[in-house]
Parts: sequence; structure tokens; C-alpha cells
Amino acid sequence: MNEKQNNDILVEIKDLRTYFYLAEGVVRAVDGCNLTIKRGRTLGIVGESGCGKSMTAYSLMRLISPPGKIVGGDMLFYNTGKNTVSSGATTEVINIAKLDPNGREMRSIRGNQISMVFQEPMTAMSPVLTVGRQISEAIQLHQGLDKKEARQVAIEMLARVRMPKPDRVFDDYPFQLSGGMRQRAVIAMALSCRPSLLIADEPTTALDVTTEAQILDLMRNLQNEFGMAIMYITHNLGVIAEMAEEVAVMYMGKVVEQTDIRSIFFNPQHPYTRGLLSSIPQLDDAVTAVDKSKRLNVIKGMVPDPYTRLQGCPFHPRCPDFITGVCDKFEPKYVQTDQDHFVRCHLYDPNPVEKEVA
Amino acid sequence: MTNQVNQAEPLLEVDALKKYFPIKRGFLKRVVGHVKAVDDLSFRIMEGETLGLVGESGCGKTTAGRSILRAINPSSGRVIFRDPVLGKVNVPELEKEQLIAVRRNMRMIFQDPYASLNPRMTLLDIVGAPLRALGIARGKELEDRVAEMLRVVGLRPEYMRRYPHAFSGGQRQRIGIARALAPNPKFLVCDEPVSALDVSVQAQILNLLQDLQKSMGLTYLFVAHDLSVVAHISNRVAVMYVGKMVELAPTSELFTNPLHPYTEALMSAIPRPDPRPREKRILLTGEVANPANPPSGCYFHPRCNYCIDICRTEEPKFEEVKPGHFAKCHRAHDLHLTGAVDIMKNQAAQSI
Repeated sequence: MNEKQNNDILVEIKDLRTYFYLAEGVVRAVDGCNLTIKRGRTLGIVGESGCGKSMTAYSLMRLISPPGKIVGGDMLFYNTGKNTVSSGATTEVINIAKLDPNGREMRSIRGNQISMVFQEPMTAMSPVLTVGRQISEAIQLHQGLDKKEARQVAIEMLARVRMPKPDRVFDDYPFQLSGGMRQRAVIAMALSCRPSLLIADEPTTALDVTTEAQILDLMRNLQNEFGMAIMYITHNLGVIAEMAEEVAVMYMGKVVEQTDIRSIFFNPQHPYTRGLLSSIPQLDDAVTAVDKSKRLNVIKGMVPDPYTRLQGCPFHPRCPDFITGVCDKFEPKYVQTDQDHFVRCHLYDPNPVEKEVA
Repeated sequence: MTNQVNQAEPLLEVDALKKYFPIKRGFLKRVVGHVKAVDDLSFRIMEGETLGLVGESGCGKTTAGRSILRAINPSSGRVIFRDPVLGKVNVPELEKEQLIAVRRNMRMIFQDPYASLNPRMTLLDIVGAPLRALGIARGKELEDRVAEMLRVVGLRPEYMRRYPHAFSGGQRQRIGIARALAPNPKFLVCDEPVSALDVSVQAQILNLLQDLQKSMGLTYLFVAHDLSVVAHISNRVAVMYVGKMVELAPTSELFTNPLHPYTEALMSAIPRPDPRPREKRILLTGEVANPANPPSGCYFHPRCNYCIDICRTEEPKFEEVKPGHFAKCHRAHDLHLTGAVDIMKNQAAQSI
């Protein structure tokens, strides 16, 4: 491991495998996922439903419960204490994959160093406890403050997420808030302990566009204020373009491409990424086209059902650049094609077959 | 335009359509107010045309679609539909038998492909249901028709005996489309048909809808909240806010020269799949107004950046500002708003 790089890297996920053992078979929800999250940066994770985006996040939080199990891989968390960017600080490397999910060490990380904002603001909060009580729970637990101090911190936090009348909202129940306000409360809860990594799992998918714009704006401002890294999970490429600095594209439990935001849009390399980008209706074309029967590009076929395990590259049955005898036989390696540009595809591997044999 | 839009006579004419839901309180269920879900909607749809209907959740898009088909009874207003057999009819006033006859020609595609298919019915029963209910076909004939419909939407006729659980979201949406098309209708209300689907599947369904429109001569009212999807498929687009239509224009006109500040804000809010820096977006403050207790004057005035005195007191008229371009704003004539096209141009001018 390169010691020099360790200062910018916050989390490194290596070959993570999370499987679900069901009566119908084994679902390989995450199947060899490689990711690096840099300090204070935003990594966007895109992919279609069922590709393992959320399960990667849940694995990192160690929230996978039976029949799910992390069966392999490492999740290295480079802990320098909270938000200390100073280079002199000693870095402690914790392998989250090896921790006991209910143990003291993991509990001191979850909700404290790494916290999460869930998709549905309605289900992420308990309907029978006040908003304030739910936010102060984490503050009391991780910061060792008493109830009164925690209330102060929580109200301050609510104000930071631009919640109108934070001292009143503290005593409100979640049902009294609108969707956008509820999501603000959830964000306040997640940020209350100043985490070094915030996992946002489709935080705006359930919201309207104008509310979504408010929340995205808020998250960017809060990242500037608090300096945390964000792992932003979404299926919306528009949101990715706005939020992320780096992007990982997932397909069937694997990261198929990871690079910076500009390369993903202007120089996508994996055929799946290219297909995904070309299948969104482009506003420019739509507005200028007189002919309304213009067809969209499609990725042929559909995502195979989760129990199947394909030989070779998991994308090969749908791939337009499929090479017979290679893509359906050998699993592609994760190759580096450019500085900070990684692709899992035989097209970019100079000698795909030889390596496999050797 | 390849799909023939008949400009001469509208297929559907909606006039002052209203749907109020009563709010009941207390033991006696006294009516204490109304949620004005759809409030005074008027528009026309030409034959072969696609009219997009956009707006945020709760603005009444779905209620409008349902009231037009009389899936729910509108409170007042007229919906004139040009039926190929019965001629011009006013849908809200139809007797049951006539309504059944008209329903052959106006049908609906639903948003959620999981909730809209009965899990205990086979595809044959699901797709055949309207044929049976409307007395169009039965027995072998029904089976043949279902097989044909499944082929039309890109499913194998052999799947006829299977249940919906065996199909993915995109395939289920195809089943829903086959069901809507089975009686060979003229007009379809598509209520967010792709918003529950993944991007790659969404593209497949949008293509299918366009192909079917061409081959079967369909007219769509396309309800959605995704502006790029609406722009892609619609000839004209209508924008709704709190039960009222605030703007209606041909697609390229709306996206180039929006006349209503709410349309401008919507366009500015859409996240665009382009990482180049963009100008500061217009962030609306506050929340969508409550349709049970709407603000005075223009419903949008508390969130509007261009609000003047008259907006607080007087409700603006929905008027034709330019030929074919309607807007409901006091300042429609003097504002110069930024459309999505300008945002894109500015963004494209940024260096990579």
C-alpha cells in the first residue's frame, strides 16, 4: 500500500462480496466491488435498481442482517480522528469488514464517523418519537453530552440545515413536517456527530424537483462547512452530474467503471456506461426536434434475475461490443485506462485471455 | 411531423373541468372545506397529438387525467370527446351504457406496474379483462386478441398463462399497455408510465409508446414530472400548479421562451446530466401551496421572484399571450424569463 496516498483516501473497498442466502438460491448482491472514497470529496454511485448500490452502502455501515452476509473482501477505513486534515495526524486503519457488526468498535463508527441518509424520509424516522429526541439520541450517545446540552446541539444542527423555527421543530413529530423538511431533519440527524463520511442513499428520489434542488444545494453547502466526504447513491445521472466529483458505475454487484465526473460524461468507456448515458432523453434534442417519433437508444434486453450467475462478463448478453469466445468465457479484469480511470471490460485489456490462463 | 396531427378538429376538448374533494370533520362529517385538486382546467388535444402534463406531486395532474376518463366523477365542467361511433359526446354527462361504449376508445396506463396488475390473474385475464367487460370478444377470439396484443407490446404470446409476478417492472408496464390497447382505443391517458422504471427500461417503453402511436394512430395525454421525458414525447406541454394550468405551449416554444415564473423555476431545478458548471439556479423558497387553503391572488405569488402588488390580490387570467402559447401570469407580457434552452447553451459554452 502506498503510504503517500493514504492521507487523501478515507475508505477503500476491495473486492467486497455480500451474498444473500435465500431458499431460491444465492443472490450475489455485491460481487467483487472495488471503490475508493477520498477525504472531503463526493463519490457518486450510479446503477439501475438491483445492481448493489444500496447493499454496498449497507455493507459499509455493517447493517446487513441474515440471510445476508459479507462473505469476502475488505473495507478499510483510514481513521485520523474527526475531520483532521492535518498531515501529521496518525492514521489508524480499521478494516470494517472484519469488525463485529454489533461490537463496541463498530458502534462507535456507525452514526458517528460514518452516517447515512436514507431514501424515504418517512420510514427513516420513528413516527412515535419527536424529531428532537431522535436527533439528540446520537448526540448523547457519541458525544457524551447530557440531555440539555444535546438539545442545544440538536437545535443548532436543525438551524444549520436551514430548518425554519428549529426550536419548535425540535418538539414536533415527523408527521408534522413536509417531505422536504423531514429530509432536512434526517440530514441534521446524520450530521449531528460531524461524520467524516456521509452516505446518502437516494436522498432526493422521493422528493419533487423544486424540493430536490433545495436539498442538493443544502448538501453541497453543508459539505463545504463540515468538510465530510459524501458517498452519493442515485440512479439519476442528472443528480450525479450536479453532486459528484467522482463516479462509480455499478452493474450486477460489480463496479464496472470509476473515474472523475467529466470523463464519465465526455469519455465513458464501459459499454454499459455508454448505453446508460445514451438512453436518457436529451432535452436539447427533444426541444429542437420537430419530429416526435425520434427513438431513444436502448440497451437491449434487461438485467438478468438476481439468481443467475453468468460466465464471463455479466454484461455480455446485452453488450453491443461483445466479443465471442472472450466476453462469455473470461471474467474481465479491472484495468486502468487513464490516470484515475478504471474499467472492467475486455475491450481495454491488452491481452484479456492470456492473463486469465496465467 | 410523422405522426399525423389533425389540426382541424380536436379529439378531446376539456372546458372548465373541476374536481373538488370535500374535507369532512367531526361526528356528523360536516363539510368544512374543499381540496381543489383540479380547478378550472381548459385545453384541447388534437388527433394524433401528445400533450404533456407536468407539475409537482399534488398539483392535480393525476386527478385531471382520471376526471377526464371519468374514473372519478368531476365536480363540474365539460369533457367533449369525439367518439368514432357516437360522435361528439360530453363524457361527464353520459349514461352508463354510453360510457361503456366510449370507454373502448379512451383508456389509461398507470404509473406503478406492480400495483396496477392483479397478482392473482393471468395475463390472459388481465389483458382480456377490458375485452370481456366491454363485450368485445370472448372464448377463442379473446385469446387470439390477447396473443396479438402481447406481440404488439413485445411480449411472447406463450406467456399468456403466467402471472404478473414472473415479470420484471418493464415487462409489467408492457402488460399494462397491452391491457389499455386491447379494445383498440383512440385516446390514452398515460399517468407517469415510466417514472417507476430504470433508465434503460424507460427508454424501451418510451420507444414502444411512440411506435404504437404511429402504427395505431393514438392520441396521448402524457402525465409526468420528468421534464426531459415530457419534452421528448410531447408535441405540446402544459404546466400545472396547485390544480390550475399555468402555462401551455408547443414543446420547443415552452422550453425556449417560458412565460410563467413557475415554469422557469421548474426548468432551472431539473438536474441535467452535464457536469459543466451552470449558472446559479433559481431556488424556490417555501413549499407548494395547500390546495385546501390556497393563497390569495395568484397561487404562486408567495414563492415568485417577480411578484408585484397585483399578484397578491387578483388572480391572473389564463390567456393566449402569443399564438398557441397560453400563460396565467399578470406579468406574462413584460417578463423575459430563461428557458431550459438558454441554460443548456450557457452550459455548453463552458469549457470542459
